Amino acid sequence: MSHVHRDDLGSKMGMWLFIFTELLLFGGLFITYAVYRSMHTQAFHLASEELDVTIGTINTVILLISSATVAMAITAIQKKNKKLSLAFIGTTILLAFIFLVNKYFEWGAKFEHGLFPGSDYLAELGYGDILFFGLYFFMTGLHAFHIIVGMVFLGFIFFRIKNDRITFDNFQLLENGGLYWHLVDLIWIFLFPLFYLVA
Amino acid sequence: MSEENHHIVSYRTILGVLIVLIILTLLSVAITQIELSRWATIAALLIAGVKSTFVLFYFMHLKYDPKVFKRMALLIILLVFVVIFITMLDYVFR
Repeated sequence: MSHVHRDDLGSKMGMWLFIFTELLLFGGLFITYAVYRSMHTQAFHLASEELDVTIGTINTVILLISSATVAMAITAIQKKNKKLSLAFIGTTILLAFIFLVNKYFEWGAKFEHGLFPGSDYLAELGYGDILFFGLYFFMTGLHAFHIIVGMVFLGFIFFRIKNDRITFDNFQLLENGGLYWHLVDLIWIFLFPLFYLVA
Repeated sequence: MSEENHHIVSYRTILGVLIVLIILTLLSVAITQIELSRWATIAALLIAGVKSTFVLFYFMHLKYDPKVFKRMALLIILLVFVVIFITMLDYVFR
């Protein structure tokens, strides 16, 4: 008998329920996007050409790799390889940081062109552009916020592994952190084509 | 209880899935850069759907977890689709 009560399945269930609320949150935003896009097709198309497909593609690949490294961190801890697991978590956090740096330059370039919510230039362009960039900044911004939360969460997990609070037979917290990180990846998988590719 | 259902996903599987995901990403970029038609849009969204299935099943362990997780996830995804569909019907036929 163990001294501490543990329910790994319940813990995982709780994480999934939280992920579902996140999917509904972003689902609502995707509906908003679909409706406004159908009302302002031409403006959405022209506005999306302002976005940099190259940076978008690079950031997509970065997030995909970071998802793989966090999955490998779980494999490593299951194989009792603590050091490798820590290295994978560290790599994931580093990739998340690089994603945010790219985002910073991307948004900065938009700001320089006068493209930000409430700008005079955007107001002259009309409703379609205001809606496109409003949704673009809000949805990628909310996504970037999730990246920051994920970095903090994974950072916390990093120290828990280091202090042997997460081990080969007790790693549900790491799995939950992984699930959260994959959710962030999942949302981006849809944000990227909708804003950068097909508008 | 916690010992029985912990399947170890091999590094090789994860790497394989990653390579598939990157290829699909590049494919969706290529399709939409060549010709931006209605079909390219549908193709890009279908590819995004395939990519998320890979992430859900392999990275998020739905393939190895108890079935209840798979069913719940399917239910939520269906819910989102139904709401999108009904909302669009409202806007198209208003």
